[in-house]
Amino acid sequence: MIQHSASELLAALHAGEITSEALTSAYLRAIRERDPRVKAFLHVDEAGALERARAVDARRRRGEPLGVLAGLPVAVKDVLCTKGLPTTCGSKMLANFRPPYDATVIAKLRAADGVLIGKTNMDEFAMGSSTENSAFQVTRNPWDLERVPGGSSGGSAAAVAAGLAPLALGSDTGGSVRQPASFCGIAGLKPSYGRVSRYGLVAYASSLDQVGPFAHDVAGLALLLEVIAGHDPLDSTSVDKPVPAYGRSLDEPLTSLTVGVPREYFGGGLDPEVEQAVRGALKEYEALGATLKEVSLPTSPHAVAAYYLVATAEASSNLARYDGVQYGHRAKDVDAAAVEEHGRLAAMYGRTRGEGFGDEVKRRIMLGTYALSSGYKDAYYLKALKVRRLIKDDFDRAFAACDVVAGPTAPTPAFNAGEKTDDPLAMYLGDIYTISANLAGLCAVSVPCGFTKGGLPVGLQLQAAPFEEEKLLRSARRYERATDWHTRRALL
Amino acid sequence: MTPDQVRWVAHLARLELSAAELAAMTRQLTSIVDYVAQLQAVNTDGVEPMAHALPVHNVFRDDEPRPSLPVAEALANAPDRQGDFYGVPAVLE
Repeated sequence: MIQHSASELLAALHAGEITSEALTSAYLRAIRERDPRVKAFLHVDEAGALERARAVDARRRRGEPLGVLAGLPVAVKDVLCTKGLPTTCGSKMLANFRPPYDATVIAKLRAADGVLIGKTNMDEFAMGSSTENSAFQVTRNPWDLERVPGGSSGGSAAAVAAGLAPLALGSDTGGSVRQPASFCGIAGLKPSYGRVSRYGLVAYASSLDQVGPFAHDVAGLALLLEVIAGHDPLDSTSVDKPVPAYGRSLDEPLTSLTVGVPREYFGGGLDPEVEQAVRGALKEYEALGATLKEVSLPTSPHAVAAYYLVATAEASSNLARYDGVQYGHRAKDVDAAAVEEHGRLAAMYGRTRGEGFGDEVKRRIMLGTYALSSGYKDAYYLKALKVRRLIKDDFDRAFAACDVVAGPTAPTPAFNAGEKTDDPLAMYLGDIYTISANLAGLCAVSVPCGFTKGGLPVGLQLQAAPFEEEKLLRSARRYERATDWHTRRALL
Repeated sequence: MTPDQVRWVAHLARLELSAAELAAMTRQLTSIVDYVAQLQAVNTDGVEPMAHALPVHNVFRDDEPRPSLPVAEALANAPDRQGDFYGVPAVLE
């Protein structure tokens, strides 16, 4: 049962072949058996999930209308506030935090009769590309337990890939849904900025963060996107545009499709086996009648530099809230010299944050603080914002000539645990293909497009103009229907 | 970057760093700052900074009173609760 896609399970639920309780129990059993090896979950809400599933089944028996998820289990990244359930963001700072409210996407999930099965592991405060920056555990790649699942939403990606949930939510600030989807051989979507409410998504970089779905296939992404998308009065950056029925239009034929291929995406640093799989996918598009067109994104070599200034500047401001006063960790003792120099309150802040944050979070707060500090702001932060504009202009020009831009999601397949932990810059450079979509506000998807000789999944990334999710998903679906990569499952 | 610069930025960020952290941070930030310095080579004359992916405007709602988070729930996660208040170290001696 747990090897099926979300749409297959939904059909079985509607046909009365399975109950939500039986399905939820099967996933809970899989979590008990497999998660000690994968370590995708930080918290499993066994009682809550079963209660919810039984309630959905009861309503189904009475013939009452059900929400579109109709009792499907969903795993949720631990960066989304869930009322009364732990929400740690993978940080010691929030180890004991239980939010007093649900994020809007969680409220929508519940309203659609999704069964929240548990909270998944992540890089602390969504800062990382391997899920090794969690304060609690290191999640493993279900295809090779020695390797990372990607990040920062590595727990959610690994949960779906390992058959511990048919659907999951993550968040994507610079590729944190798409890159782990690519590493774990599943599909992942970053919606356009403003498509999904950020209310209750613990902030990392507010102008870049979006919540996005994971599934085995594009149909699953469309289903979950339809649930979470839409305007929210509680997030003034969510856009008031109608939400199309993404699932319904998915299989409608595209009258024409021009796939843009940026020459900058196939340069140095790209693993040859990844390149081969992605070039194979492009050939497949051609065979399906799409037109391939070379495009240029001349500013893209500077995207990593621009991203790590913009994102960290915003993070340094957002994470100022963790001061040991309203919630979260507070240091028990203070440093006498710090009290002498800065006063008792500032000494408490400094010690609290020094104890509560891990290395990567500290690094990014420091870089962002530096980039915004007096004397450096123009050279770093403002310069990065100007380069951000040039990156967006590149895409505007590209989308005038093509429908979607295609390329690899990540330059390499999943790397070994521990391989990049001592070299932050090497880790950052792995985000080269994904971060532009966040800087420019685009929607982008990663779908499985092959495997290396060693059996590691490779992801194809498609990017489309803001609010072109329908076109994006239909383009991805067209490839998916012609291939069977999305039906492969990790053997555990 | 020099250790003194890093110490100053750590103070601005209210981050207490150990001596070992300060040394590692100086080394790592230097390599990252060297890397991002490549942006200086990009011609951005006349380019408007882009702080946001959307044209963001102020969004207003009607100023109607409505229930807010109950005090007990707002304080439930506080590390130091004193009555209906958050407790902090004394700032006035």
